[in-house]
Amino acid sequence: MEYSKKVRENFMNPKNMGEIKNPDAIGKVGNPQCGDVMWIYLKIGKKKVDGKEEEIIKDIKFKTFGCMAAIATSSMITQLAKGKTLKEAEKITVDNVADSLQGLPAIKMHCSSLAVDALRKAIENYRKKK
Amino acid sequence: MSKKIIYFDNASTTQVDERVLKEMAPYFKEKYGNASSKHAIGREAKEALEKSREIIAKAINANPQEIIFTSGGTEGNNLALKGLFLYNMEAKTGKNHIITTKIEHDSVLNTCRWLEKLGAKITYLDVDKEGFINPKDIERAITEKTIVVSVIHGNNEIGTIQNLKEIGEVCRRNKVLFHTDACQSFTKTELDVKKQKIDLATLNAHKIHGPKGVGALYIKEGIKITPLAHGGGHEKKLRSGTENIPAIVGFAKAVEVSSPEEIKKMEKLRDKLIEGLLKIPDVTLNGPRKERLCNNVNVSFNNIEGEAIGSMLEEFGICTSTGSACKSNTLEASHVLKAIGLSALQANSSLRISISKYTTEKEVDYFLKSISKVVEKLRAISPLAN
Repeated sequence: MEYSKKVRENFMNPKNMGEIKNPDAIGKVGNPQCGDVMWIYLKIGKKKVDGKEEEIIKDIKFKTFGCMAAIATSSMITQLAKGKTLKEAEKITVDNVADSLQGLPAIKMHCSSLAVDALRKAIENYRKKK
Repeated sequence: MSKKIIYFDNASTTQVDERVLKEMAPYFKEKYGNASSKHAIGREAKEALEKSREIIAKAINANPQEIIFTSGGTEGNNLALKGLFLYNMEAKTGKNHIITTKIEHDSVLNTCRWLEKLGAKITYLDVDKEGFINPKDIERAITEKTIVVSVIHGNNEIGTIQNLKEIGEVCRRNKVLFHTDACQSFTKTELDVKKQKIDLATLNAHKIHGPKGVGALYIKEGIKITPLAHGGGHEKKLRSGTENIPAIVGFAKAVEVSSPEEIKKMEKLRDKLIEGLLKIPDVTLNGPRKERLCNNVNVSFNNIEGEAIGSMLEEFGICTSTGSACKSNTLEASHVLKAIGLSALQANSSLRISISKYTTEKEVDYFLKSISKVVEKLRAISPLAN
């Protein structure tokens, strides 16, 4: 399968890979018996945006069981989400991730959607916990 | 990283041997005749065709007239099973039962599934943890309606070599036919149709450093099958179509140049690979240690995904193959690995390494060094590997 240079880079040297000790939330998606597994760890901080205090993603890390595309999309979504407000991070789409990776093969687009699901789930878990 | 590709996917296909290429060359431009033509250039082609048939027949202890040239393994398996079933249908013998196993190549399994639509009854037998079929299970499955038992000789994924003689004896004793798909095993382990009591055997060329698009089906004298391709009546009316002489000549040359020394060399490198891989923590061998194809290694790496391993190895310049293909939203685990009892997770963490007579010890050492790095890296990324 032909992957873009960006996918290969993010696969060979993934960014934000690992765990966060005492995270504010974790989003776990997937099932190892039938596909990929992604875990996203969040540390939430606060920042003034237009005079208002907003919650932002201060730190984000991932762990992934899956193919090259799954690992590259995990790496990419953490880079896209880092520093964003929770509201902005929630709006990251499957296409945003794929485009930032210079595209994904059609049969690998579900990897991108799994990454989006993992991030949204982590944010949702954070809100529930509050 | 070296620019040179290390090709460890020889169970998929192999590079053509220089001697094979040389043998084929004149049959494209100088000796381009049609073996059915009566003139000199046609007779020359016919002579090459029959000489090739003799070489292949001799290699499996068959008679030349028992060899039918085909386009390869898939056609051979289709012709054997559909040909036998359709013959029994046409001749109204009342027989409609085929016995096979759960670890066959897709060209057998999907042929059987298609035949079920035509009224065939198929028994798909289980295998043990190493992929061996129990001949007693075959004996128990045989009924008065059984046409043929079809068992793969050397398994393409896990390398298990079946004891054909035992299976052949069961089939002869119970008066049913015995077909074997020997595409992976041909020239790599003994194949003797008389000793092993084989009635039909599928062979091909591109797994043994011959050209793609050519193979053969051995059909024991006296066995009747219905052809799939009707036409000018080539190959004893069983496979019409002008014979692919350059490829057939190349196939025969590939058989001729294969040698027992190569098997020994591959076995040594295979064992070095297996031992090296098993030194990595949490690695298990799929398939047997003994009675294994000389060029096959298949292992599962716990908690990391096979396709990712393959992709990362490619970054190191190494070509391998995974037992699973990631399709849409699910990883479809290999039917062979499932049949030997692996969980979907174990099956999806597998890698097949298949070497050839050209593989060097240096390549094996480089592979073992690279795979340790890959596994370490991917386990650090995996949430399952804590």
